[in-house]
Amino acid sequence: MRVILDNLSKAFQNGDQAPVEALREIACTIEENEFLAVVGPSGCGKTTLLHIVAGLLCPDTGRVFFEGSVSNGRPQTAVVFQELALFPWRTVARNIEYGLEEMGLEKKVRKKRVKEYIDLVGLSGFERMYPHQLSGGMKQRTALARALSLDPLLLLMDEPLSALDAHTRMLMQLELSRIYEKTRPSVLYITHSIPEAVFLADRVLVLSPRPGRVKAVLTLDLPRPRTERIKVDPKFVSYLDTLWGILRQDGKGGTWGSI
Amino acid sequence: MGLHLETTKAGKPPENIVGKILPGGRPVRRLVRVGSLLLLAALWEALVRTEMVSAFFLPPPSRVLASGWAMAQNGELWRHLAASLGRIGLGFVFGALAGILAGILMGISPAAEDVFGPVIAATYPIPKIAIFPLLILWLGIGEWPKVTVIALGVFFPMVINVRAGIKDADPALIKAAVSMGSGRLAVIWKVLLPGALPMIFAGLKLAIGIALLLVVTAEMIAAESGIGFLILSSADLMQTARLLFGIALLSVLGLAFSGLLEALERLIVKWK
Ligand SMILES: Nc1ncnc2c1ncn2[C@@H]1O[C@H](COP(=O)(O)OP(=O)(O)OP(=O)(O)O)[C@@H](O)[C@H]1O
Ligand SMILES: [Mg+2]
Repeated sequence: MRVILDNLSKAFQNGDQAPVEALREIACTIEENEFLAVVGPSGCGKTTLLHIVAGLLCPDTGRVFFEGSVSNGRPQTAVVFQELALFPWRTVARNIEYGLEEMGLEKKVRKKRVKEYIDLVGLSGFERMYPHQLSGGMKQRTALARALSLDPLLLLMDEPLSALDAHTRMLMQLELSRIYEKTRPSVLYITHSIPEAVFLADRVLVLSPRPGRVKAVLTLDLPRPRTERIKVDPKFVSYLDTLWGILRQDGKGGTWGSI
Repeated sequence: MGLHLETTKAGKPPENIVGKILPGGRPVRRLVRVGSLLLLAALWEALVRTEMVSAFFLPPPSRVLASGWAMAQNGELWRHLAASLGRIGLGFVFGALAGILAGILMGISPAAEDVFGPVIAATYPIPKIAIFPLLILWLGIGEWPKVTVIALGVFFPMVINVRAGIKDADPALIKAAVSMGSGRLAVIWKVLLPGALPMIFAGLKLAIGIALLLVVTAEMIAAESGIGFLILSSADLMQTARLLFGIALLSVLGLAFSGLLEALERLIVKWK
């Protein structure tokens, strides 16, 4: 699916306080099968952008167009939210099952899919735990499995790996790129980690500090399938350098993670 | 003296504060609780037996139990109990269902909130028993005025709690559900309602006490059966043992109801 973000702006009205301008005139296209990463300083409107693309928030100006197969009026999207939004009253397995229920799949098919994705994110043995019994990283993996199991044409992810330790994070990055390379959805991936963006994406969109504007778009010419070896590729290193250079202009270089 | 570091010993969990104030483990504490009740009964029995208190005004526990036994034998107890339970059951179910429905409606629809909000705010403070005579005028002297007054008493805590529980729903969860294709009904049924369950149970526990209060009061005003009637008629005939048995019965009923609701809550609200 091709997603065209056409001139999106959004300001939040906060009662009698001055409105907060979150996004200004974002124009960008997520190409068919493209993995687009978005980086930018905290509060620059990344989550706002994702919510607009997911159809959960109306932009003040501009529109989002979806090109390609759209079933019953809704594009086939799945979202991993920054706050995860797991249902506290559902177990890990039942949380993952939610979207499948709403797709109208049969129980047997659902159970099989749930098991498949629980294994994939490494949560076997935790199927019957409730979210409050999970660690932060396990919650993230549940949310990830819930979105991936829908096998969407457009996958929207908001810092889905931020709560993981460096090692698990690397493993999940590898797993994510493996899944992406296998199923080839279009992806909008928000992250705070520049190396993660470069490792996963085909292109990186850099947003300026609030109000978020498109500051730069960097096309990455790195081979797929991505493996750990890519991290020592001179091109990989030079991309990191370029991106850090762009972000340093904001004087916010210090707030960036380096996993 | 050097630096002293306190560490938790392996294999021995740190005691909590409550455990420190009340010594002893769980079984011991349970024993103490039952014991204190038995002690009170024994004291009461002794006080009456030694004739420090008149057995007419305060019959000893043994006689209270004996009169209960007699009523159980001749079927009187079951008749009164069934009457009261039937009224509570019907009133509670109707009131709770109506309260839950209205609460959901007001929680999701500002229009419903505007229409029903002021009516509920205005009628909530009225002690429900004050409407009882009016209900008798409207519905006759049968069972319905009693059932209705109980239903009304149950309705209010339910509607207020459910509305609050629905409004308190996490917007992130609603977003997640919508992003996965949930429509309005699915959001209500799979997100709002489960999220409001703890509040619904809080309302039910509040309501059952109100129901008990109202059934007794209504039966004292107009009834030929029920625990309220038993208590009042025993007083008229100066049968203090029967009267006290009726009161004890209310205590048992109240405990049973809240125990039942708590068990149900543990069964349903497993994620807390
Ligand atoms: N519902 C809302 N109401 C009012 N203001 C909001 C709302 N949502 C976001 N904002 C404001 O919009 C700006 C952008 O928020 P957003 O959550 O999109 O940032 P972000 O880039 O995702 O930040 P982070 O990297 O910290 O997650 C912030 O200044 C925030 O205060
Ligand atoms: Mg964000």
